Amino acid sequence: MLILIIASVVLMTADHRWHQLEFMRSALSNLLYPLQYTIDLPIRFYYWSDEALSSREALSDENRKLKELHLQSRVQLQKLDIIEKENARLRELLSATPKISEQTLVAEIMSVDVDPYRQLLMLNKSSRDGVYDGQPVIDAHGIMGQIVHVNATSSTMMLITDASHALPIQVNRTGLRAVAFGTGKTDTLDLRHIPHNADIREGDLLISSGLGGRFPPNYPVATITRVERPLGEPFARVSAEPLALLDRSREVLLVWHNAPGTDGTAGDETTKPAETATQTDEQ
Amino acid sequence: MNSNARISTLTIISAFMLTIIPLPAWAQALRPDWVTLVLIYWAMAIPASIGVTIAWSLGLLLDVAHGALLGQHALGLVLVTYIVHSQHQRMRISSLLQQAIVVFFLLIIKQLMVLWVSGIIGQAPDIGLYFVPSLVGALLWPWIYIILRDLRRRFGYRAM
Repeated sequence: MLILIIASVVLMTADHRWHQLEFMRSALSNLLYPLQYTIDLPIRFYYWSDEALSSREALSDENRKLKELHLQSRVQLQKLDIIEKENARLRELLSATPKISEQTLVAEIMSVDVDPYRQLLMLNKSSRDGVYDGQPVIDAHGIMGQIVHVNATSSTMMLITDASHALPIQVNRTGLRAVAFGTGKTDTLDLRHIPHNADIREGDLLISSGLGGRFPPNYPVATITRVERPLGEPFARVSAEPLALLDRSREVLLVWHNAPGTDGTAGDETTKPAETATQTDEQ
Repeated sequence: MNSNARISTLTIISAFMLTIIPLPAWAQALRPDWVTLVLIYWAMAIPASIGVTIAWSLGLLLDVAHGALLGQHALGLVLVTYIVHSQHQRMRISSLLQQAIVVFFLLIIKQLMVLWVSGIIGQAPDIGLYFVPSLVGALLWPWIYIILRDLRRRFGYRAM
């Protein structure tokens, strides 16, 4: 019993301090995967049957709507395309760093509860798909979070609203840089250490700044919902609401951003897997 | 593998499934700690075959399932199993109500260990509803006890 208690303490220290136990976690999670798969199966079946049993009209209706939407997006993309080319040309003229190219892969969230007090989700993509520790995850509306554990059959992601998560951001309107901290609630982010006189208002769009190297820059993150400037406190109280549908999405996008030049500044473990990921990517 | 081992393995697997099954958001904070409850029963009923080592391994699995630090739940489960082992004869003859009270404190001890470690690494959760699962677990204890006892009597052999 004493030996086991000491073993637990040693394991916890090793896991917390040096992050050396991923192989063990991965092996244990293989044991759990059949259970998680079984739990996920009925829900997967529900979505499948929803698709398979819906009527022809409904499907063609949806198809028509999607085609319209696709057309609209194409039109907008054309404009963007031109702007992007112009931007690249201008950057060339200035001999600035080239724009970052990104690759994505769709992953599905498994319907498995992890811990009510942490904002973690299970994804059905794993190291076989080239997923790496610290990889950013987005959905159609904005940044969702990052991968924290990669296993052989699944991976765990942490939402940006987890209480231990911090995301470097920028106010789109003014370029003011800040860090958005998770609060543990799916609809709130906290911006700390914003001085009273900072130009920040309700409704401002926050985008990722790409500082820290983990998240790609210029993705939408959140909108400011509340700015308070209490007298007698050194900093303003600013909270924001994430744009990504953190509690509703079922499909998410894993992003590989191979930024030439910025990779070296990535800090800890993000640098190495980024290169391997590009080779194994399916697209 | 004798019949007791088989039935205890099956019930522990079902406990794990109950732990990860998706619940609506309001019920998530109330979910009792199924694995600990089932483990308490088996540690009490067949202490010779459910030792602290098994409890520790189950705890590691629970850590992976919860995405917690490896060893966090393991530490709690080892402590709980150790206490049950030292008290199992007294617990077996007490009434269901008394057992439920003891189970309540065992669940609290386990949660305290987990909370303590989370606190040390700076991930302390909101304390508001944190101990409600222990209460729910204790309230469910009579049913868990009766169900598991009947399962053991029917499918396992009586080791007492």
